[in-house]
Amino acid sequence: MTRFLIPAAIFLALAGVLYVGVVHSPNKSTMQSALLGKAVPEFSLPVLANPGMTLSKAQLKGSPWVLNVWGTWCAACRDEHETLLGIARQNALPLVGLNWKDEDDAAIDWLRQLGNPYSVVAVDRDGRTAIEFGVYGAPETFFIDADSRVQYRHVGPMTPEVWEREFLSRIPRGVLP
Amino acid sequence: MKLSRRAGSMAVFAALLLGASFNLAAFDIESMPTPEMQERYDGLTHELRCMQCQNQSIADSPVGLAEDLRRDVREQIIAGKTDEQIRDAMVARYGNVILFRPPFTASTAWVWVFPFLLLLVGVFVAVRIVRKRTALMASDDSVVEPEDVTR
Repeated sequence: MTRFLIPAAIFLALAGVLYVGVVHSPNKSTMQSALLGKAVPEFSLPVLANPGMTLSKAQLKGSPWVLNVWGTWCAACRDEHETLLGIARQNALPLVGLNWKDEDDAAIDWLRQLGNPYSVVAVDRDGRTAIEFGVYGAPETFFIDADSRVQYRHVGPMTPEVWEREFLSRIPRGVLP
Repeated sequence: MKLSRRAGSMAVFAALLLGASFNLAAFDIESMPTPEMQERYDGLTHELRCMQCQNQSIADSPVGLAEDLRRDVREQIIAGKTDEQIRDAMVARYGNVILFRPPFTASTAWVWVFPFLLLLVGVFVAVRIVRKRTALMASDDSVVEPEDVTR
């Protein structure tokens, strides 16, 4: 009897471990940011379409804001663009764009043609700032609180549901217009 | 027929190898100023995961993000950071997932312990089988004729 029971038990144990491994393996779209609860990395970047202007972390301190990482090369960014425009119309949170490894002209054309949901767009031409934010694929959207701490990161196209559940809900009471 | 089929599969294999080498040549691994730095660079880039293509290291991946992370490793080495500091900086940005060799913590303990447990189980099973067979052989007193052995 044990002749079959022992291999069967070993098989079941192994299957169990592998099942847990498969189910809990890091899902690309749900991987948590390592920056959660931590301060936003320092950055100082040129502002898109405004030569000579720069945007830094310090300028954004004092109220919550949203960072959206995008590029004209990113197909999923086009998918979420309509949602971003809707979000911008709500005027609930400043939407800061991070134009990741892109061409300025292409980015400006994109915003002209599809509409501009951003309060301001910082240009990360060489991708250094994106690395500091732990970005691994566009689009990614971060909720950053008034103390410049990362409170949430969404990977993949923004949806109205995610926006409501994970972003609007994080605005402290009294700040909502 | 059998031979030509083997030749065909050899050709396919050769083509695959060639393709692989072209793939490697598609992006260049930056060279470091000193052989010591080169060695550290090669080591680090092979133990950091490319977050976009998760089963490749940043040394093996041609995607833009891996390229940026290689540049970051290179710059940190040149700036005088230790391997430990560079690994810590990567983990601070991307989490433990970026390390192919995760640190031993409460949540990763089973990753390290489980293979050894399996090995123990294997050794136990092997010892049991050997013991059983030895016992069988000891109880088997039939004489083996020389011609039986050569057969």
